[in-house]
Amino acid sequence: MTQLTGGIPIVSRRPIRAGRRLHPVPVRIMHWVNAVVMLVMITSGWGIYDDDVIIRGFHFGQFWRLGDWAAWSLNWHFAGMWFLAINGLIYLIYGFATGRFRDKLLPIRPADLVQTVVDTLHFKIAHDDITVYNAVQKSLYIVVILAGIGQVVTGLAIWKPVQFSGLVSLLGGFQTARVLHFVGMTVIVGFLIVHVALALLVPRTLWAMVAGGPRLTPHTAPDGNHPG
Amino acid sequence: MKSQFRPDDVVDAWVLDDHRPLIRSLERRGLIRGGLSLGILVMLTGCDVKRPASVEAALLAISRFNDDMQALLFNPDKLAPTYPASMILRPPKFNAYYDVIDVKPVNGATWRLELSGLIADKRPWTLQELQAMPQTSIVIKHICVEGWSYIGGWTGVQLRTFLEHVGADLHAKYVAFKTADNYPSSIDMASALHPQTLLATEYGGQTMADPFGYPVRLRTAVKLGYKNPKWVTAIEVTNKYPGGYWESRGFPWFAGL
Repeated sequence: MTQLTGGIPIVSRRPIRAGRRLHPVPVRIMHWVNAVVMLVMITSGWGIYDDDVIIRGFHFGQFWRLGDWAAWSLNWHFAGMWFLAINGLIYLIYGFATGRFRDKLLPIRPADLVQTVVDTLHFKIAHDDITVYNAVQKSLYIVVILAGIGQVVTGLAIWKPVQFSGLVSLLGGFQTARVLHFVGMTVIVGFLIVHVALALLVPRTLWAMVAGGPRLTPHTAPDGNHPG
Repeated sequence: MKSQFRPDDVVDAWVLDDHRPLIRSLERRGLIRGGLSLGILVMLTGCDVKRPASVEAALLAISRFNDDMQALLFNPDKLAPTYPASMILRPPKFNAYYDVIDVKPVNGATWRLELSGLIADKRPWTLQELQAMPQTSIVIKHICVEGWSYIGGWTGVQLRTFLEHVGADLHAKYVAFKTADNYPSSIDMASALHPQTLLATEYGGQTMADPFGYPVRLRTAVKLGYKNPKWVTAIEVTNKYPGGYWESRGFPWFAGL
C-alpha cells in the first residue's frame, strides 16, 4: 500500500544540506514547548474549574488535576499562561513570516475536505507523504490555532474583567467568557485526542516532530527566504 | 473459614522452594531501592511529595512577578462596569473560610476602627463617625476566584476619602486590614485609592446584615472577592508586605480584576 514516492527517495539524491526539513528546528522547539504548556494549562484549568463547576455534577478527579488544591492549580495556570502566550505569539509570527502557514495550511478546497472525510470513513487514510497535509488536517490545525488564540483572549477577559471590561462585554459578559474559555479547552482537548492518536498510528509523523522529518524538495518548499 | 478466592488445587510447594532465593533477593533489592528513592524524594521535596518545595518556590516567584505585572496593568482611572439597582441580588452570597452558621456577629455600638502605621491621626473611629463621612453607593459585580459572580449594591465612605481625612501616607505601598473573624487582608495603595473602593456599611440601601460584614467591611470593584475583608476592626498603612489569610496559603496577593 505504502508508496515511497514522497519526499524521501528524491530528496536523498540531493546534497545533504540542500533541502529544508519538514519541521525546522524552531517549529520543533515551539511544538514541544507548547505540548508541555498546553498540558499544564489544561490540567491546572481543570483544578480551577472544580471549585465552581460549569456543568452541574461534572468534576475532574484529583488524578486529572495539576495542583493539589485550587491555590496551586491557579499558580500553575498563571505561570503557564506566559509560556503559552509568548510561545504562541512567536509561533504565529514565525508561521506568517516564513510562509509556513500559507504553505502547509492553505488552500482548503471544500471538495477535498469532503473527499478526505469519505476516505477516512472507509479507512483509506493516505499518509504516504507526511510533508503534505490533507484537507481535514489543514482544517483541524487552523481550528486548533484559532482555539489557542481564543483561549488567550477569553483568558484575558476572565483574568482582568475590569481592565478589559470592553472585551468582556464583547464576549457577552463575565460568565459567558468563562464558559467560552471552557469550550475552547474542550475544542483543544478534542484536537489533542485525535492528534495524538493519529501520531501514534503513523509514528513517522511523531518522529518527524523530533528529528525534523524528510527534507523538502524545492517545489514543495515554501518560496523564497529559506537558507535551508 | 476458607477464602473463596483460594483455589482448590494448591500449587506444589516445590515451585516456591525452587525460587525462594530469587524472590528474597528481588524483595530485598526492591525494598532498598524503593526506600532510597522515597528518601531522596522526601529530602528533595521537604515534606510534600505532591508539591515539591522547588516547584512551590518557582510558582510563588512567578506569582510575585504576576503581582508586579498586575500592578502595571492596573489603570487607576478605569472604572468597573456598574449596574442598575434592580439587578442587586438580595441577600448577597455568603462566602468565608467557614460556614455561615459560624458567623459571630459584631456589636456595632461598641465597635471601634483602630488605625496604625503611616497615619497622622490614629484616633479610633466609631460607626457613627464613619457614617457621618460623605457616602458613595455603587452597584458592582462581585467576582470570586472560584469563578462565580453576582451583582451587589454597596454604600459607604470611599477608602480614599477616609485615608485622606486621617492623614495617611498615600505614597505608602500597602493598606492592611484586620477583622473580627481573624481574616487578615491587604491591598496595594493604588487600588485603595480607586473611587470604587469603599468602607461599606450598607447593602442594597439597608444596613449590612451580620453575615456580610456588619458594621464595616471593605468592598472594592477592582479586586477578586477574597480581597474584600468583612467585619474590619483595624486599618494599617505600611510599606512592609502584610500578606493575608489566603495569600499565606498560596493564593496570589494582587488579585486585581
